Amino acid sequence: MIKFTFYFFSIILIFAAMRLITVRNPVHAALFLVLSFFSSASIWLLLHAEFLAIALILVYVGAVMVLFLFVVMMLDINVTMIRDGFARYMPVATLVGVVILVEMGLVIFSHLPEVQPVVMAADVSNTKMLGQVLYTIYVYPFEIAAVILLVAMVAAIALTHIPRTRMKYQTPSHQVNVRRQDRVRLVKMPTEPKD
Amino acid sequence: MPTLNEFLMLGAILFCLSIAGIFLNRKNLIILLMCIELMLLAVNMNFIAFSYFSGDIAGQVFVFFILTVAAAEAAIGLAILVVLFRNRATINVDDLDSMKG
Repeated sequence: MIKFTFYFFSIILIFAAMRLITVRNPVHAALFLVLSFFSSASIWLLLHAEFLAIALILVYVGAVMVLFLFVVMMLDINVTMIRDGFARYMPVATLVGVVILVEMGLVIFSHLPEVQPVVMAADVSNTKMLGQVLYTIYVYPFEIAAVILLVAMVAAIALTHIPRTRMKYQTPSHQVNVRRQDRVRLVKMPTEPKD
Repeated sequence: MPTLNEFLMLGAILFCLSIAGIFLNRKNLIILLMCIELMLLAVNMNFIAFSYFSGDIAGQVFVFFILTVAAAEAAIGLAILVVLFRNRATINVDDLDSMKG
């Protein structure tokens, strides 16, 4: 039964990944990436990585993919112009992909012996186990990860923020309050004689 | 239960698909970023499979950090993309040649 579930989610995952790289519309690509994240979270649940499966859905589907969709919809992209090299690169992409897959398959199926899963302590939940090592052995990497997130946030804001001095904006009260005397000045000049 | 080899093979297939995606969509910067996310997902799949089959939680800790770094990477990448689109009005990779001598 677990095997059937694994194959079911794997097929959905591979299908979603295939559609992701071939689909024309970037919005559809983002939605297929959501599908592939979701099915791989299900596969991670089979591997008893419950915390990471939930984190994948919450963090990736909930935050990163929404950010992707937001950017895709905000930018007005000319899709047809951007795809003109698609058919040209299809043979080389297939070739490289298949060659890498064959190499990886050779390594996986020739070298690794069949291993049986080591049963971890069943009385402690996955989240508790992860927390017990994350806050003791890996506490410094954990803090570095927090700093990385902070730096990423600062960098993203600094990149996209436009300072107020460079921004062009209208103030309607100034536009309404403007009087004729402020804008138009009539100058009396002596008439020039015609040559 | 599926064997370790099947999980590794699934990761390998995902990795190859994302490499092919980078080749196919080499003009569209957004889909390039998505392919990188898919590649990280394939790596995470391998880590979690090894973590389960060797009974070691360290693989899951590693996946946790990869998720963190990938989220940071996506945020900065999309910010750069927005700035790029604001300046050049295109996300075509071929148009990004202003550093060419």
